[in-house]
Amino acid sequence: MKRALLGLVLLTLSSASLAKEAPPIAQDPAVEARLLKVGKELRCLVCQNETLVDSHADLAQDLRREVRELIRQGKTDEEIKSYLTQRYGDFVLYRPRVTTVTWLLWFGPFLLLAGAALGVGLFIRRRRRALDETPLTAEESARIKSLLPNDQGKQV
Amino acid sequence: MKARFLIPFAIFIALVIVFFKGLHLDPHEIPSPLINKPAPAFNLQQLHDPSKTLSATDMRGQVWVFNVWASWCVSCREEHPIWVAFSQAHPELRIIGLNYKDQRPDALNWLQQLGNPYVLSVMDSDGRVGIDYGVYGVPETYVIDKQGVIRMKHIGPITPEVLQSKILPLVQELSK
Repeated sequence: MKRALLGLVLLTLSSASLAKEAPPIAQDPAVEARLLKVGKELRCLVCQNETLVDSHADLAQDLRREVRELIRQGKTDEEIKSYLTQRYGDFVLYRPRVTTVTWLLWFGPFLLLAGAALGVGLFIRRRRRALDETPLTAEESARIKSLLPNDQGKQV
Repeated sequence: MKARFLIPFAIFIALVIVFFKGLHLDPHEIPSPLINKPAPAFNLQQLHDPSKTLSATDMRGQVWVFNVWASWCVSCREEHPIWVAFSQAHPELRIIGLNYKDQRPDALNWLQQLGNPYVLSVMDSDGRVGIDYGVYGVPETYVIDKQGVIRMKHIGPITPEVLQSKILPLVQELSK
């Protein structure tokens, strides 16, 4: 009986010690939350249409590791972005910075819109002018009268 | 009056030219912000002799070519014979290899089989130096001048044309 009990105790102990703790989804949820937030604004360089958060590329994994490290060091989002742009250029930013190079990109659509509005405005003005009734001169009215059939339906 | 009908045609031709040019741009070639900037510092273990290291500052005073390679990289296999032939034709060219995220035995085996164009290779096992250099697609090649400034970067496999027409003249110019 004693032996069986000891065996039971040992068995339970061993199973307890063997059971692994479930690994946490992220080591530090706060870091992970910030990684998600910053990473959404960053482009993966390997699969260029994916964000740094979504990408499974090896480089993206390495970059996430670096970004986590920077977050733990207490860097701001701006510092993290400049860490990456210093190495990979503005291309990594999904939201391009407003510089002389990207000026057309940011304001080009408004330029197009203004151009289109101007074009439509000019078109309307020209049409309105064309439709404007100008009073006929006496000579013109007389000519019309002579061309149009009179009340009897006969031409003069 | 006739000229007015030519306007849409002219716009069409202009668009065709723009799109045709766009077709031949490689979206994977991202201009490096590191051109004309000091080469990032590193101090890495040498591939052939783990007891020795090499740092970027050790290369001060010489013009060198920094080639990022790995045994797992398919395009590296493509460019490798070009480097081997070139290093034999131009032994004065100092080519340093950055063995990127590789295993030592694999890398050594690779060089033994395919030839070693490098003066020496250093090991970037965790890819951190690669990140500092803005590496995103192995192979990549840098030309670094005597002052330790990056003067050129080539992304993707090297071609004999690039070596002959760009890298070699640049190295000769910088070596003066």
